[in-house]
Amino acid sequence: MKITHHWLRNYVPNCASAGDLAAQLTLAGLEVEALEPAAPPFSGVVVGEVLSCGPHPNAERLSVCSVTSDGTDRLQIVCGAPNVRAGLKVAVAMLGARLPGELTIKRAKLRGLESQGMLCSVRELGLGHEHDGILELPDDLALGRDLRAALDLDDTVLEVNATPNRGDCMSVFGIARDHVAARQRRYLQYACEPVDARRPRIFPVTVQAPAACPVFAGRLIQGIRTGVQSPLWLRERLRRVGIGSISPVVDVTNYVMIELGQPMHAYDAARLAGAIAVRPAAEGEKIILLDDKEYVLAGDFLVIADAAGPVGLAGIMGGRRTAIAAGTTEVFLEAAHFTPQALAGRARRLGLFTDAAQRFERGVDPELPALAIERATRLLIDIVGGEPGPIDIRGGSPGAEDRRVSLRRSRLARLLGSQVPDGEVRELLGALSPRVEEYAEGWTILVPTHRFDMAIEADLVEEVARLRGFDSIAEIPATGQQIAGVASEERVSQERLLHALIDRGYREVITYSFVDPGLQRLVFADTPALKLANPLSAELAEMRVSLWPGLLGTCRENLRRQQSRMRLCEIGRKFLLEGQDLCEVDTVAGIVTGSRSPEQWDSPRGEVDFYDLKADLDGILALTGDAASVSYRAEHLECLRPGRCARLWRQDRPIGWLGELHPRLVKLLELPSTPWLFEIELESGLSSNIINYKKISKFPSVRRDLALVVDEDVTFAQLRENVTVAAAGLLSDIVAFDVYRGPGIDSGRKSIALGLILQDSSRTLTEVDVDTVVTSVVERLRDVCSATIRDQ
Amino acid sequence: MADPETLSLLLERSIEEIRVCANLTVLDEIRVRLLGKKGLLTERLKSLGALAASERPVAGQKINEAKFALQGALESRRVALEEEALAATLAVGRIDVTLPGRGQEPGSMHPVTRTRLRIERIFAQAGFRIATGPEVEDDFHNFEALNIPQNHPARAMHDTFYFPDGRLLRTHTSPVQIRAMRLQKPPLAVIAPGRVYRCDSDMTHTPMFHQVEGLIVGETVSFANLKSMLHTFVEKFFERSLGMRLRPSYFPFTEPSAEVDIECVFCHGGGCRVCKQTGWLEVLGCGMIHPNVLAAAGIDAEQWQGYAFGMGIERLAMLRYGVDDLRLFFENDLRFLKQFP
Repeated sequence: MKITHHWLRNYVPNCASAGDLAAQLTLAGLEVEALEPAAPPFSGVVVGEVLSCGPHPNAERLSVCSVTSDGTDRLQIVCGAPNVRAGLKVAVAMLGARLPGELTIKRAKLRGLESQGMLCSVRELGLGHEHDGILELPDDLALGRDLRAALDLDDTVLEVNATPNRGDCMSVFGIARDHVAARQRRYLQYACEPVDARRPRIFPVTVQAPAACPVFAGRLIQGIRTGVQSPLWLRERLRRVGIGSISPVVDVTNYVMIELGQPMHAYDAARLAGAIAVRPAAEGEKIILLDDKEYVLAGDFLVIADAAGPVGLAGIMGGRRTAIAAGTTEVFLEAAHFTPQALAGRARRLGLFTDAAQRFERGVDPELPALAIERATRLLIDIVGGEPGPIDIRGGSPGAEDRRVSLRRSRLARLLGSQVPDGEVRELLGALSPRVEEYAEGWTILVPTHRFDMAIEADLVEEVARLRGFDSIAEIPATGQQIAGVASEERVSQERLLHALIDRGYREVITYSFVDPGLQRLVFADTPALKLANPLSAELAEMRVSLWPGLLGTCRENLRRQQSRMRLCEIGRKFLLEGQDLCEVDTVAGIVTGSRSPEQWDSPRGEVDFYDLKADLDGILALTGDAASVSYRAEHLECLRPGRCARLWRQDRPIGWLGELHPRLVKLLELPSTPWLFEIELESGLSSNIINYKKISKFPSVRRDLALVVDEDVTFAQLRENVTVAAAGLLSDIVAFDVYRGPGIDSGRKSIALGLILQDSSRTLTEVDVDTVVTSVVERLRDVCSATIRDQ
Repeated sequence: MADPETLSLLLERSIEEIRVCANLTVLDEIRVRLLGKKGLLTERLKSLGALAASERPVAGQKINEAKFALQGALESRRVALEEEALAATLAVGRIDVTLPGRGQEPGSMHPVTRTRLRIERIFAQAGFRIATGPEVEDDFHNFEALNIPQNHPARAMHDTFYFPDGRLLRTHTSPVQIRAMRLQKPPLAVIAPGRVYRCDSDMTHTPMFHQVEGLIVGETVSFANLKSMLHTFVEKFFERSLGMRLRPSYFPFTEPSAEVDIECVFCHGGGCRVCKQTGWLEVLGCGMIHPNVLAAAGIDAEQWQGYAFGMGIERLAMLRYGVDDLRLFFENDLRFLKQFP
């Protein structure tokens, strides 16, 4: 909320300068977000009076005025304002005056007549936007007085951000009270002279919802003058805190709200149909509010209603039907206490955000209504006259529910880690509450009615620390033993995994966990996804069931940015629905497209393919120390190209997929090159075994190469498995060093060249041993895999 | 049999032949012809037996002298020819050292991850362990247990994404506090990094971002300890000594609560555009754990107390690396990512 330095200063003796005040408020928990001058810089403008005023001989719309700025001088000033007239007190920019917008007033001729200055409008002085006439100053301003002093323009506006727990600081006085407690360590009380009733009439009110509205203060004021504008000082104060002037009655209620924090409402009493009641809204009941919009209410709203229906939405906004109008002469002022529970969330549900609701939701002092009515009455009758009736207060004494909180000396010291002298604690608590009692272990305070955030001991610890300043607490390193946590070796750390991918040329990306349902459906048509009830946009409406939709989107965006080659990876969660259950699965995924390696003068050209990615995956799966348990099986996934994809298994658990994006999707997504994708679930795929060292054989190994010819559908995995069986424990490694199809090999067959590395852990293998193994391998491959030895 | 004069002629002729020899193969042929098993000099040595015993020593000595001379000539010529050959090889084997190398180009780590890992390492060294929790949360862990009941004004500060069944996307990493405290008995010290979500998107907000939550519970863990820990953290993170101040603030789950400002890392506190001329940058929220939160986690608030803090990873990454637009983190533009090796 906005307050002004000078307004606050009314309550704070020896108040600091605006800049210092802002720093002090901020360090006491009332963050000042902005400081602005109440008026832009200008000089040379004084209070003057128009002595006479006549038409300009050469211009229809201009007037020629004789103006005095000190009672003796006579300045001829040409003015175009429609409201200029003799007898008016005006803001005169004298020759040499500097106005906002780099404007300097000089002697000038306007349509042939000399003008020795300028009469200023609100806009020309930077005090607002109105420009339909010159500023009309109050009659009581002394001639010749500098306008800045006369209108108190060297004031500063502070934008104060009170946290939601501090409803008591939603007013100029509330902020002053907290500030005085912090800086001067005394309890500030609001004082206001009551206005005696001059008429007996009380407007009938019944409160049918006393729990939601424990206090309802009202006062009828009759016979107010119409056609009066709020005085300039009032309009100026409201302007500075961001409120426009509407009418004296409305301006006064707004003023009191800003000053004291009590939202008020004024009804045109002549338009109220009979008595009014505070009651819950009927379900579906309608009301047109002051914003001219109709609202349909639920049963948990509270309304003020007369015989003809609701006239106001309690604590939020008044109704249009009984609003103050130009001809209003009878005003019914309302200042009620609505509880935070009765208001919380209601305005928001209607899309409303009003000053009143904001205050009531945070808590307004239940003792305020009567004070606010008195203050408003005084201001109102000073401006528009009228005869007030008695204040009528419905509801129990709000102070009846006394709340007490205790603070133990030992607890204060233990929580803060710092000793606060007893005398200082007492002083600080005394600045917060007029009643503090001391007992053996500490202090008990009576919680003042304006504090809704003081309920437990910790709240008082905070108050003491806050008012003293957090700077008063020393920094003390923790002592005592701390057990360093060490990451488990039974899981490949995400950091290690990421480094492995980065070192293989991948760039890590972070994509949103919610994705475009359209894109996700394209890729995973049949996988159910968790949908957001209130997505930010249709493109971010459901939780990803895979990291691929996000990666595809990122890939596509970068392709559009003229990047042709990319290797992207992401580590994050996917959200799988299994029946009613949701599983959040940590996953690593990647997308690769473009050339296998960056364009280079000597590297073979070629698009990335399955085996490039497989090497990457084998590289990260090897981190588990258990790469041997991983198998790639040709299985089908609808978004991947048949025949060019594999599911990854670890023993009998599926852990992920690898494959080329289906050509259909490449086309639908309008991708200029084909991406390859992989995804591995971390928990199943990257759990790791504690390494168990195996002895290294001291004996030499022997390599034998075999060139085999097999049917196309015989896989390397089948050959390897059978070689392993046939080699009976002597195979230490096997490599496929060539695959060939073409002349010399029958169609439907292929040649695979295998290198067998044989080794025994207990002796050196002889030629005979090796020949025996090779013979049995060849026989087994012939029998099981229909393999023949090439060129034989 | 040849006489010594002939030997000296042979020697003279051969030395000349070796001197002009331009080829290592030819040189070796010369060596074989002269000094091989059937070489000219070898033959002469063999023929010494035919001489009278009195002549042998002189004749033998001369032959040996000739042999040594030839061996020396051959060797020096070989070395010279090899040098020449090497020089010739070096002359043609030159490469352009400025041409690019072969193979993958280096990848990159996302700056948010880079920042997160730095934060994790600093706290790990202080004894904090990493904890995680679900991103799809329930109202209890995200709000209720953190002392934010239904209709609490603080809920308005969290623009929450909901699912039709009432679950929600966590709006902060604070629910992990509750889970960690329910899982482990105090004393405990954990940090919980992760993704969080708010229904908000503009210049300075993205609907998803990252936080790190920290929590420590012990019997005497105090506000003074909190200040010390956080000051150490920001100084380690920015690798310089930095002014820090705590401003009283409000979080429903801590009491007292504070916002942590550090001296602006761009202007050293002098005032600049980034710190809006204040000289301070807000980087963290923190406070002493609210007794209601301890109670919700089943911890006796009379015996145990502690502090909690939370920070936005993107915010710290922006300050550390001078990134001026939050949205860059999620556009994943390669030209941006490449800058973070």
